[in-house]
Amino acid sequence: MTRGLVEEFGPERVRDTPISEEAIAALGVGAAMAGARPVVEFMYADFMALAMEPIVNQAAKIRYMFGGKARVPVVFRAQEGAGRGNAAQHSQSLEAWFCHIPGLKVVTPSTPADAKGLLVTAIRDDNPVVFLEHKLLYNTKGPVPAGEHAVPFGAADIKRAGRHVTCVGIHTMVHKALAAAETLAREGIELEVVDPRTLVPLDIETILASVRKTGRLLVTHEAYERGGVAGEIIAQVVAAAFDWLDAPPVRLCGRNVPIPYNGALEMAALPQADDIVVAARQLVA
Amino acid sequence: MSSTSGTVAEIPAELSPAQLVGMLRMMLRIRRFDQRALELYREGAMRGTTHPYIGMEAVAVGACATLRPQDRITSTHRGHGHCLAKGGDPRLMMAELLGRATGYCKGKGGSMHIADVDAGILGANGIVGGGIGLATGAALAARLARRDDVSLCFFGDGALNQGILHEAANLAAIWKLPVVYVCENNQYAMSARADAFTSVPDPAVRAAAYGFPGASCDGMDVLDVYRAVGAAVARARAGDGPSLVVCVTYRFMGHHVGDPLNYRDKAEVERWRARDPIERFRRVLVAQRILTPAEADALGAEVEREIEEAVAFAKASPEPEASALEEDVYA
Repeated sequence: MTRGLVEEFGPERVRDTPISEEAIAALGVGAAMAGARPVVEFMYADFMALAMEPIVNQAAKIRYMFGGKARVPVVFRAQEGAGRGNAAQHSQSLEAWFCHIPGLKVVTPSTPADAKGLLVTAIRDDNPVVFLEHKLLYNTKGPVPAGEHAVPFGAADIKRAGRHVTCVGIHTMVHKALAAAETLAREGIELEVVDPRTLVPLDIETILASVRKTGRLLVTHEAYERGGVAGEIIAQVVAAAFDWLDAPPVRLCGRNVPIPYNGALEMAALPQADDIVVAARQLVA
Repeated sequence: MSSTSGTVAEIPAELSPAQLVGMLRMMLRIRRFDQRALELYREGAMRGTTHPYIGMEAVAVGACATLRPQDRITSTHRGHGHCLAKGGDPRLMMAELLGRATGYCKGKGGSMHIADVDAGILGANGIVGGGIGLATGAALAARLARRDDVSLCFFGDGALNQGILHEAANLAAIWKLPVVYVCENNQYAMSARADAFTSVPDPAVRAAAYGFPGASCDGMDVLDVYRAVGAAVARARAGDGPSLVVCVTYRFMGHHVGDPLNYRDKAEVERWRARDPIERFRRVLVAQRILTPAEADALGAEVEREIEEAVAFAKASPEPEASALEEDVYA
């Protein structure tokens, strides 16, 4: 993830650290308060559990708690997600933890262009940003704008337009939804694939506009279903656009189990493109 | 270390009479501030709780006297003394204690979260050890900005056993960061005795594990604190890396305002009260003819007026508007 950075920017700005997640997060917060603009890289998002104190109790609180007189421009960056046999402690999708905390922005890019544009915006932001990538998307190929390219926060992207079912997906689920859309298109079902790109702030207006068009909502992420972001999105849609819904909204999320190592079991723990196809058929039935 | 008889470290030559008098004034200011905070709490004017610094004034004042304005501190839940000693305005602090819109945090932080980032006060902290990583990170930022600013990190004996201290101390050592870890060993973490819950009698020896200096000093003697912390600050400023200074001190009051204090006996408290850091320093300054007893008394009266003025300011200040609830919310 950091290949070439030390050669380009030098060892003073690009620092290897000991395995001290709490300290590197806390140093990032303190350095940000003192005028720096650090990016803290955790490797696996699971390891952020070791750093929740500085992220949740310090970074997220400082600006508000200090009466608006402090800035904490820090980015916490990590990879999350399953699908590679890394098992229970290296595969989780933990974005809901951070979405729950006022004071943290939460970013989940799904394409190379969005990863670049959102990371630029994250680093320029004067507030703490949790920037979560999916490890299986590191090999995704796609066009990336050269030069200046900043994607604003709070602007969902419609990755594929469609009239029948709105599918809000996060990370890999965007790509699985796009694959499902191909299958469904052959059956005459048009899936509109909406990528929120940032979960905090959430562009609920784009999602609502899509639901008002399709009347059907499916939200999908790898993260555990229980307490997940899908529930939050559906709650907001139901509250704001209940009358526009033609069917109960559907969640397709990670099963509420620790991610297993065995390949077949791991696949079964995660929502797949076929699940989206089946759910979409049922929604329009 | 000084004995209970009241002997003190010699007066460092670089401290002018005006600076010495200023240090005594600051110790008096801190004590009076926290005495008034306790009264206000008992009157029902404050919410939550407050953690009095009474008895520990020599630590904040001796340590902060070694700093420049642009240096930074992190503080603790028992933070009023640190904030005042680093230049905090007692009026804005008192207003914060009363939850007023004019307070340092616009009434949203309270006693445990007073901060003045522009004055180098990166905040009191409600998490034990919460400031350790922040101070170390601020030291990194100073280094990256090619400034010789120093971070001074106050924490208590309770934080000695938080994992963040190990992680941050190691990082500060390998990166030679300009940070001074000032442990206020006031003998108790809430009701837990430091000598029962810390693996070594003198926590300063832990610095050896990180390869940087560790020293203990008499935290009831402002000049001994000044000497010990001053050496560590000079080392940090010179680019030679971090240090640990353990200030052996005592809180005369409970952990917080509601503490029943059923875990320590009166004789112990009296032994420590006999070493009152303000009385000791006053005696030294009078003996050295830097101050007459009358001048010292006048100093006390002056500070009392100042704190009353702060209380009046706070009480006359408006409560936050309801609209303030979501101000400064960005996510």
